[in-house]
Amino acid sequence: MAEITLQDIIKPENLVYKKTDLMTDKPLSYCPGCGHGTAHRITMEVIEELNLAEDTIGVAPVGCSVLAYEFMNVDMTQAAHGRAPAVATGIKRVWPNKVVFTYQGDGDLAAIGTSETIHACNRGENIVIIFINNGIYGMTGGQMAPTTLPGMKSSTSPYGRDVAMMGNPLKMTELVAQLPGTYFVTRQAVHTPAAVRKAKKAIKKAFENQRDCKPGLSFIEIVSNCNSGWKMTPTDANKWMEENMFPFYPMGDIKVDGQLVK
Amino acid sequence: MGELKLMKGNEALAEAAIRAGADAYFGYPITPQSEVIEYLMAEKPHERTGMVVLQAESEIAAINMVYGAAGAGKKVMTSSSSPGISLKQEGISYIAGAELPCLYVNVVRGGPGLGTIQPSQADYFQSTKGGGHGDYRQIVLAPASVQEMSDFVKEGFDLAFKYRIPVLILSDGVIGQMMEKVELFDPIPRWTDEEAIANSPWATTGKKNGTERRIITSLDLDSHKMEEHNIKLQEKYKEITKNEVRYELIDCDDAEYIFVAYGSSARIAQKAVQLARAKGIKAGLFRLITLFPFPTVKMREMCGKGIKGFLAVEMSAGQMVEDVMLAVRGCAKVEHFGRYGGIVHTPEEVLAALEQKIIGG
Ligand SMILES: Cc1ncc(C[n+]2csc(CCOP(=O)(O)OP(=O)(O)O)c2C)c(N)n1
Ligand code: SF4
Repeated sequence: MAEITLQDIIKPENLVYKKTDLMTDKPLSYCPGCGHGTAHRITMEVIEELNLAEDTIGVAPVGCSVLAYEFMNVDMTQAAHGRAPAVATGIKRVWPNKVVFTYQGDGDLAAIGTSETIHACNRGENIVIIFINNGIYGMTGGQMAPTTLPGMKSSTSPYGRDVAMMGNPLKMTELVAQLPGTYFVTRQAVHTPAAVRKAKKAIKKAFENQRDCKPGLSFIEIVSNCNSGWKMTPTDANKWMEENMFPFYPMGDIKVDGQLVK
Repeated sequence: MGELKLMKGNEALAEAAIRAGADAYFGYPITPQSEVIEYLMAEKPHERTGMVVLQAESEIAAINMVYGAAGAGKKVMTSSSSPGISLKQEGISYIAGAELPCLYVNVVRGGPGLGTIQPSQADYFQSTKGGGHGDYRQIVLAPASVQEMSDFVKEGFDLAFKYRIPVLILSDGVIGQMMEKVELFDPIPRWTDEEAIANSPWATTGKKNGTERRIITSLDLDSHKMEEHNIKLQEKYKEITKNEVRYELIDCDDAEYIFVAYGSSARIAQKAVQLARAKGIKAGLFRLITLFPFPTVKMREMCGKGIKGFLAVEMSAGQMVEDVMLAVRGCAKVEHFGRYGGIVHTPEEVLAALEQKIIGG
């Protein structure tokens, strides 16, 4: 039997996975094991599968994903900390036929940008918001976020979040689901292949809603890890997330087609 | 001749926005400029031209809507008054950093803090020295009439797109609220989507197959590249300083004493020139139209020609006077006069200040 060479293997018919062209070739700046990279990839895969790339404008936040515009291969605007929903509103209002999305962390969306988030949702802006909730400020070195769990340690809650002193974690997704302007509100994760498949389906639904001019905003929370900020290995971080984050931030759809489902 | 109307400054500005072919206005109410958004809402510009008008949840949101829409290549604007303009500064710094064209308006009121709703010119430093963070400049146009409230909208958009820079119309409560005759310019059609894409090839309008994608950002973590970007910005500001200085000289040919003023103070100082001339004092008015770029060269040139002194007249504790001093560089006497905190000075007070501080001082 002839020896099999690399050239024999690298053939179109043997292709099992191809990176979407809507992710650039730039190496991701995220820590190994971080959920940001997967969330980027499935978002871009959805835009490719729906054939929306030529009409999509994305808005990057301030946070670890500030450089999302380096990786997401579509037209992108980088917004000031927390202001992405207002920036997206500006774009969508002057280009109503384009597809506009924001990609934001929990500090960005649920602390400094709370007002912009709630009002964009309440106005029913026809945009998609992808909200990465890792319970911490990753970029600035692991400070407490509005989503940090009670008792959870961070560099500004070194003895654990004391809710009497520091306030309670904010469930932004449940909150925006109550607003008449949201059309689709769901909470997902990207830490296992099964979760990734579900999250991608949800993201697809969100972009289809916008493409089809469904009335209102589609809001997707992705509960994610921050192994660096949590000071854990990637596998421990995922386990900790399942055991601690998921009970507090339960998975699943909260509002579908404008109707609350739970 | 264009359509003649009797209008408030704020209304003339709003009407001019529709006529200038603006694509969107994002704003938040504040006295003394709420007539701008009220007029726009009443006029239904979405029916007249397709222009979008949206009342935002805050000035912060409004300026960030401007940032998004300007980055997407459209003609957009916002307006506010002093406390609201303070809130917009982060966004303006981003707009300057990302080199986006936009128009914004400050109908200045007295401060600091919530201050008063009465007119003031105390936001000069904020407007001309960079109210937000970083080494940036913006073009500042100072209207002194309802006519200019209208004309500067058109001119402001042209300058904004010529240089990809934020342009500020720095008005005040007097100019915003007073009624005067205005000749409105003929409407300019809004750009079609194709024109907007062609006019702003750098804008985020969707990456077309075979074209480079567009990124709007003010960030570069590589300090060397950031320095290069800053140098490029500074070169643009130099170019603007060379090309875009605007001013008006009134009775300056034989003048020995010059009032330097802009906006409503220039109107008052013009009356003071008449009062002075009636008393035999050879006074003139140097009215600033652009505050940035400042007419440094012209002012310097004038002071070698028999001018004995400049009186900077402004409704502030003395801000523009610093730029007059920098221009004159000691070759003539420079003093400041102005009421502030919401008080508007009278022509008689201005003349008395000239007599005391410059002629007699
Ligand atoms: C106005 C402003 N305030 C503060 C900061 C500093 N800052 C940068 S990122 C960040 C927190 C980001 O956290 P999050 O949104 O949770 O995103 P992550 O990094 O965890 O993905 C902060 C406070 C800033 N850049 N701008
Ligand atoms: S710091 Fe946290 S959120 Fe940021 S890239 Fe690393 S793991 Fe991800």
